[in-house]
Amino acid sequence: MTRDDITAVLIDELGQIAPETDASRLDPNAELREELDIDSMDFLNLVTALSERLEIDIPEIDYPKLATLGHAIDYLAQRLGGTA
Amino acid sequence: MGEFRMPSLGADMEAGTLVEWLKRPGDRVKRGDIVAVVETQKGAIEIDIFEDGVIERWLVEPGTTVPVGTPLALIAGAQPAVVAKVLEVPAAPTAPAPAAPPRVEPPLAAGRARTSPAARRLASERGIALAGLSGSGPGGAILFADVERAAAGAGPGPALPKRLDLKEMRRAIAAAMARSKREIPHYYLSTTVDLTRSLGWLEAANATRSPAQRLLLAALLLKAVACALGAAPEFNGFFTAEGFQPGSGIHIGTAIAIRGGGLIAPAIRDADKLSLEDLMARLRDLVTRARSGALRSSELSDPTITVTNLGERGVEAVFGVIYPPQVALVGFGMPVERPWAIGSEIAVRRVLTATLAADHRASDGHRGALFLADIDHRLQSPETL
Repeated sequence: MTRDDITAVLIDELGQIAPETDASRLDPNAELREELDIDSMDFLNLVTALSERLEIDIPEIDYPKLATLGHAIDYLAQRLGGTA
Repeated sequence: MGEFRMPSLGADMEAGTLVEWLKRPGDRVKRGDIVAVVETQKGAIEIDIFEDGVIERWLVEPGTTVPVGTPLALIAGAQPAVVAKVLEVPAAPTAPAPAAPPRVEPPLAAGRARTSPAARRLASERGIALAGLSGSGPGGAILFADVERAAAGAGPGPALPKRLDLKEMRRAIAAAMARSKREIPHYYLSTTVDLTRSLGWLEAANATRSPAQRLLLAALLLKAVACALGAAPEFNGFFTAEGFQPGSGIHIGTAIAIRGGGLIAPAIRDADKLSLEDLMARLRDLVTRARSGALRSSELSDPTITVTNLGERGVEAVFGVIYPPQVALVGFGMPVERPWAIGSEIAVRRVLTATLAADHRASDGHRGALFLADIDHRLQSPETL
């Protein structure tokens, strides 16, 4: 899975949570929780969807690594690289 | 012959607009079946029926706005009186009572059209984008039939963005706040809860769970309130013309912020009897459906108390406004790190402010204090929740 593929999955799932915003236009350095008004239930749903679609585990302790779009892509790419 | 009536979805609702029928005359219905969609200030709500029978005929056509209690359909084989549950409330002008100031976002250019839950489900099944549809329902609402048409390839052109009616929502909030503050002699209590044990237990529990099985702090907080209510029944129920009426179960109205504005507090029924896992599953389901506009009428009329949880962002404490005719509201602020005395030492601990707003006609501060302290006590033994 390429970085572009991961980005597409992430944008798609963010769109599910915040359908009124265009996740593809997000600033990669902005805090997702602030930018998309995501609460802890939304975030858990995001993590659940990502772990199921990408078939990786995302431990709770790693949640801070998903704080921005850019960091989340880096983290997911690294997790996928490590498990491939 | 029974009558299926416009239900009251809370103290605030005076009238509703029938959006569409999901059953036809001649259809057999069972208790719990969804028979209609009604547009209210809380959005499109699915109305479930409370008795078995056969739909004899419709009395109201879609698009009609009628007062609460108006017969909508005749049901053969049902008890004559109450088919749709009507919450009995004192007759006062009312409106939705948010536990906290509702989060109203500015209207967005790409705002979503109102869509009936059945239409939303069909669109999701058929992979049809709701944004591309124009609705034929009241106020441009997208109906089941519109999605069916689009699915058949005869979809009308793109819809104009439907904006949230902020004026209507503000009016509803104003009426609710005024009624609550006018009629309910509130008293307020506050306490600080050391969350070390609860959060430590939660982190350990979640470390071995897949994301789909993980618990949120909210589930522990709701369970602690539900268990404490077992010993504090005067906070669980309704205040009516006959005085305080205890609830027939512990059904916790859980305040959920709606994207695009507003707040809704549907019930988690019998929360005291649910395991943490089941409670979490119910909460997850409720949040999802509240935000996609797929709540059932019974979920809005059932709550016997409200819990509002500010979550991880925001401020430390919330002093709630009671949702009439309920008699109490428990509020949880944002968990924060604070210096905390343990014996003669000071340590940094994660703490949370728990508050109680309660109706002085139904209870006193002393009982309220015991109730709030009991919630704290239970959060110190999360493994027993």
